[in-house]
Amino acid sequence: MQQRFLTIADHVQRQLGAGEGFVLSFAGESSSFVRFNKGAIRQPGEVDQSSIELSLLRGQRQAQGSCTLTGQPSEDRRRVDAMLAVLRAQIDMVPEDPHLLVAERDDATTDIATGELRPARDVAELVATEARERNVDLVGILAQGPVHRGFASHHGQRSWFSAESFHLDWSLYLRADKAIKRSYTGTRWRDDAFRSRLDDAAGMLEPLGRPARKLAPGAYRVLLAPAAMLEFVQLLSWGGFGKRALETRSTALLDLAEGRRALAPIVSLREDTAAGVAPAFNDRGFQRPDRVRLIDRGAHAGSLISPRSARQYGVATNGASSEESPESVVMDGGDLPTDDALAALGTGVWMGNSWYLNYSDKPRGRITGMTRFATFWVEDGQVVAPLDAMRFDESLYHMLGDGLVALTREQDTMLDGDTYFRRATGSATLPGALVDGFRFTL
Amino acid sequence: MPDHSASGPPAPRDTLAFIDFDAIRRRFSDAVPDLDFCSLRVYEERSEQLTVRQGVVQPVSTGVDVGGMVTVIHGGGLGYAATADLSDAGVAWAIREAVAWAERAAGLAVHDFSAVQMPHPRGAWASPVALPWEHTPLSAKLDRLRAAEAALRGDPRIVDSAAKLWRIRATSLYLTNGGGDVEQTADMIVPDLEVVAADDGVVQSRTLGGRGVCRQGGLEVLDGVGYDEAPARLVEEVLALLSAPECPTGTMDLVLAPDQMVLQIHESIGHPIELDRILGDERNYAGTSFVTPEMFGTYQYGSELLNVTFDPTQADEFASYAFDDDGVAATRVPLIERGVLLRPLGGVISQARAGLPGVANSRATSWNRPPIDRMANINVEPGDQPLEALIGGVERGVFMTSNCSWSIDDSRNKFQFGCELGRLIVDGELGPIVRNPNYRGVSASFWRSLSAVGDRSTAGIMGSPFCGKGEPNQIIRVGHASPTCVFSNVEIFGGDA
Repeated sequence: MQQRFLTIADHVQRQLGAGEGFVLSFAGESSSFVRFNKGAIRQPGEVDQSSIELSLLRGQRQAQGSCTLTGQPSEDRRRVDAMLAVLRAQIDMVPEDPHLLVAERDDATTDIATGELRPARDVAELVATEARERNVDLVGILAQGPVHRGFASHHGQRSWFSAESFHLDWSLYLRADKAIKRSYTGTRWRDDAFRSRLDDAAGMLEPLGRPARKLAPGAYRVLLAPAAMLEFVQLLSWGGFGKRALETRSTALLDLAEGRRALAPIVSLREDTAAGVAPAFNDRGFQRPDRVRLIDRGAHAGSLISPRSARQYGVATNGASSEESPESVVMDGGDLPTDDALAALGTGVWMGNSWYLNYSDKPRGRITGMTRFATFWVEDGQVVAPLDAMRFDESLYHMLGDGLVALTREQDTMLDGDTYFRRATGSATLPGALVDGFRFTL
Repeated sequence: MPDHSASGPPAPRDTLAFIDFDAIRRRFSDAVPDLDFCSLRVYEERSEQLTVRQGVVQPVSTGVDVGGMVTVIHGGGLGYAATADLSDAGVAWAIREAVAWAERAAGLAVHDFSAVQMPHPRGAWASPVALPWEHTPLSAKLDRLRAAEAALRGDPRIVDSAAKLWRIRATSLYLTNGGGDVEQTADMIVPDLEVVAADDGVVQSRTLGGRGVCRQGGLEVLDGVGYDEAPARLVEEVLALLSAPECPTGTMDLVLAPDQMVLQIHESIGHPIELDRILGDERNYAGTSFVTPEMFGTYQYGSELLNVTFDPTQADEFASYAFDDDGVAATRVPLIERGVLLRPLGGVISQARAGLPGVANSRATSWNRPPIDRMANINVEPGDQPLEALIGGVERGVFMTSNCSWSIDDSRNKFQFGCELGRLIVDGELGPIVRNPNYRGVSASFWRSLSAVGDRSTAGIMGSPFCGKGEPNQIIRVGHASPTCVFSNVEIFGGDA
């Protein structure tokens, strides 16, 4: 794939006319996807894909085009030539773009991580066989293979990122909506490691089999596992940390950013490219710093700034994507050992996963959502019964502010398993949270 | 108002035509081996996105995404392989890989797929277009957006404004080893307007329809949705929202405009009756359903006023087609009649697995994802009351329009939705605007509280370009048409409640 990228980038460079420039981003993958249901194979297959997004530049004008590549050099050159012709026709019809900012240095990085993957067909057979032997209702997906990202510009920059990995994301269902969710991700597949995780999850089914308890709406003491915290951070990542959202007052952290509200002093959150698995460059070729502080000891500390926002608002970019969403988010841990978390919860709700969060009052940071998968009622630190799914409606300034009792000392690193359009390269490293007076409504 | 009549220069030569369907037909015919079933689905999507934000034309974006997926069913197993390389070598690779997966999955599969009677259809279809996108120059389209966006600005309390126009042309070719050959083209337009106002710590937004405004057709869609006239109304409303009181809290009547009914139908009727959810395929991601197989034919889903259809034959609705992505001919099918649940949204494979009837709704987001059970156009059929009668029948309630927040549990039961704008209704009269209107309920009982259904004059044709589901993940386009509806005794509340 790297050769496919370099060939196309060099071809574009050669086609430039006087006064023209370009930036080009490349995304590709050779993925195996295997869908499971009831411990059997539902839909298995292969996807080989690569595409470019090409911006033709002429002074302060630009026109963007994207197209899929075939891997056949002559056909791909034909496509790029056709796209360049369209972009040349467009660029005369668009005005100068005052927010255009292009990386003018030829900084280049190359990051290639090879894995040790078993053939996907062998893994699929193993998963189905092991599930069948244990008589467990396993449902989920295996996604594996290499993913690639590249960036090139007329300044000569050629940055490349390639990572080979597997991501098995699965649940074991006991009945109806009662299930344990797990994943096995990495770069080196080990059969024994998968079997161990499967056994561990199967062992967790016993408390799920107890009669479920229905919770009356009200305020409860709640322990959110890192996977439950992930949904909150993902919702905030949708415009919450970006410079543009701040300037247009569209961020859910507006009160925090303008100093009207604060979070608990133990809350610190950052974009940590150095600790993540995402490329160290964005889709416009800007290098990302190792870390960007977003929330520091409960106070707003910074924003993710795309090149476009940098130009518009007169600040320096920190290599954020055009969406200005974190890709390698890290939240500091606290001082509560995870092993002591249930005891610290005492009596209340242990939320293993949250689900389908959205804002009920965005400017005020109020969020609604659901419990999902393994969520239990706990008494005196002991798991008593699974809970039926409950809706919550809670303010960030309470759950991460005056209602936050503790963060767990240990954090979980969760790789982004999203496969919309292409396999994601993001990650999140988060602690669990113990919250008093967490509000359930339905 | 800018001139945007049908006349204009001829469409420019199509320089982005990367594939030749006739050559692909020959390639597939030459390459396909003797298998229980084999199909090649080629999909090409052209897109163009135009945006003017805060007076600045954003980079114009043109896209071409094209490739093909081979699906093989053999010996009881199923497999697929997708590639953008549609040369002889690429098609041969895809067939080899799909066969290898089908062979390895046989005996480990969730169903004996060879027992499914896959169709071998022949046909062609294209959505009607009155004003082709290509007949209007880029400069004229940008001028129209500039005018719309400029009309959103002016008041110092406006802090963000944007006018957007997204055009999509999706062309597909579906071939099977039994002589199936279907070619379809759908032209789609997704216009939007966004305005954000802020004052004294209050921030409010209005959009053209919460991204629900989307239809098949050409640029005539813009006139159909009142695009040029909308900015003045949106500005007036967003500024009024800044000083409006919070939506009241309490149990009262709820009147939903079509641009919120879209969301209500989608989340709490469409998704729960998808057969793949009921079969468990989605439990690890999108979720399961409170609907079970034995409910079909008897379950009282809603009040007797509720009539819901699956209808991909509507000419201008967003998700119309003649054949689904497993080659099943699409027809209009009642899903709920007089409140009784009749049949699920399940394609030919799910129907075989579940032993239930279904509809033509196997759909894939693109060439690189396999078909799964999806909504297409799911519509609530109009009733017989004009808007005045709907409002007049409400003693105390809230009218809500334009979805801005949506959340529902993984069984598609407990939901909470929010809208951009509400209006109080007192003693049968529309009253003042209220901000941050939200409501919550449970699907299994909510539709039974449907107490009045508007006539055709109250209806809207809308949809969503962004319905996420499936592993690997897929985003699909859906259409929903609905009249304005009234629900009794709903839990309603505002911000900071």
